Amino acid sequence: MSLSEQEIFEKVKQVIVKQLGVSQDEITKEASFTDDLGADSLDTVELVLALEEEFSTEISDSEAEKLTTVGKTVEYIQKNLK
Amino acid sequence: MGAITPVGNTLPEYWKALISGHSGIDYISSFDTTGFSTKIAGQIKQFDPSLFFDFKEVRRTSKFILFAVAAATEAVKNSGIEIQQYPDRVGVEIGSGIGGLEVMEEMAYTLKEKGPSRVSPFTVPMMISDMASGMVAIKLGAKGPNSCSVTACASASHSIGNAFRLIQRGDVDVMIAGGSESAVCPLGLASFCAARSLSTFDGDPKKASRPFDANRDGFVMGEGAGVLILEDLDHALKRGATIHAELIGFGATGDAYHITAPAPEGEGGNRAMKLALKDAKLSPEDIEYINAHGTSTHLNDKNETEAIKFVFKEYAYQVPISSTKSMTGHLLGAAGAIELIACVKVITEGLIPPTINYETPDPECDLNYTPNVAIAKKINVAMSTSFGFGGHNAVLIVKKFS
Repeated sequence: MSLSEQEIFEKVKQVIVKQLGVSQDEITKEASFTDDLGADSLDTVELVLALEEEFSTEISDSEAEKLTTVGKTVEYIQKNLK
Repeated sequence: MGAITPVGNTLPEYWKALISGHSGIDYISSFDTTGFSTKIAGQIKQFDPSLFFDFKEVRRTSKFILFAVAAATEAVKNSGIEIQQYPDRVGVEIGSGIGGLEVMEEMAYTLKEKGPSRVSPFTVPMMISDMASGMVAIKLGAKGPNSCSVTACASASHSIGNAFRLIQRGDVDVMIAGGSESAVCPLGLASFCAARSLSTFDGDPKKASRPFDANRDGFVMGEGAGVLILEDLDHALKRGATIHAELIGFGATGDAYHITAPAPEGEGGNRAMKLALKDAKLSPEDIEYINAHGTSTHLNDKNETEAIKFVFKEYAYQVPISSTKSMTGHLLGAAGAIELIACVKVITEGLIPPTINYETPDPECDLNYTPNVAIAKKINVAMSTSFGFGGHNAVLIVKKFS
């Protein structure tokens, strides 16, 4: 699939809302999953699983570790989408 | 005390339903029962988890845990204990026979269809039977001994009995004790159907659970939770607590007989009753009401009747007995808790809930089962019996507090 950065951001926001129960407005590109969006260690694992489902992609554990903010996640997905 | 049951989501609703002879059994609404030999159960209706959990937590918490927290929250609120003042003196023992079965079932599909990397990281904490106790402690800040018993249909009774012992030993002042179960999912239903344990009655679902009746043909599954706050007497008196009853006896034995069938003549059950009486320093004639295990299976009800006759002899024919499973269904790991709660209410309210659907007496079950209608009677001492698959027998005795 080929998606624009904005489309990716929107989809990522939907997944975060569903997983973490936060409101859309709280989800900025700078937002940190753990510091700003209230995710604990298990939440972030499940979030990665949900993103893998949504974008039909695989995100290794070592890559997932680096995706600490919404922005970094959007960037990673855009780079790795086929 | 706190309860969430197929006949009421709070303690007052539960008791009101029991006294009215109201059944909470109906066609299962949470999944398609096509192909199942039993299509009915006692399910929790209109439960709102957001009263106890935020949105995110509900997604990562299985139903038996949600129910345990609901019942424990009600119980703690009613009791007035202030856990934050002495957190390490408040422990938790909330048992469950099966734990998060619906999660295990879902994740088994995910594993098979999508592979191991797609299994939710919350699977283990949602599945394991001890997490009801764990989550209650997390939510309420209780830092005392945290454990539970897993003894199938006797889980709650064992959990309460063990909590009793911890207080008697002086290890804690307060115990949040009981049981919780939610196994009414396709795998749970299919498993009990396959073991031929369930009623296959295809008439009015409310009539299927008929303990001690000649036409009984198996139990009806139920789900829910019951929690009691047990407290050291001095601790309770010191804080001016309202004391509903006194827990005075606990007896536990093993059948060492069969994985599902009870020992013949209720041999293991009668020993547990005798031990509970000995623990309470009472004779059989001191028991004024028995809330029976009374599952509505052919074997349990027959064997339990024999056990009661063995222990109580001639008095067995006089003591009022009832099985509230006739109305709630069999809550498995939670049954012992909601039934002990019923015993406490019998003592404080002077009303005995009936065994409903009692239509045709069975010559093998010829005792007084309080048929169909509640009876007003002053009761000072009540006994609750629970017998689990695997031969786990647990009997508790409560007495009016004075």
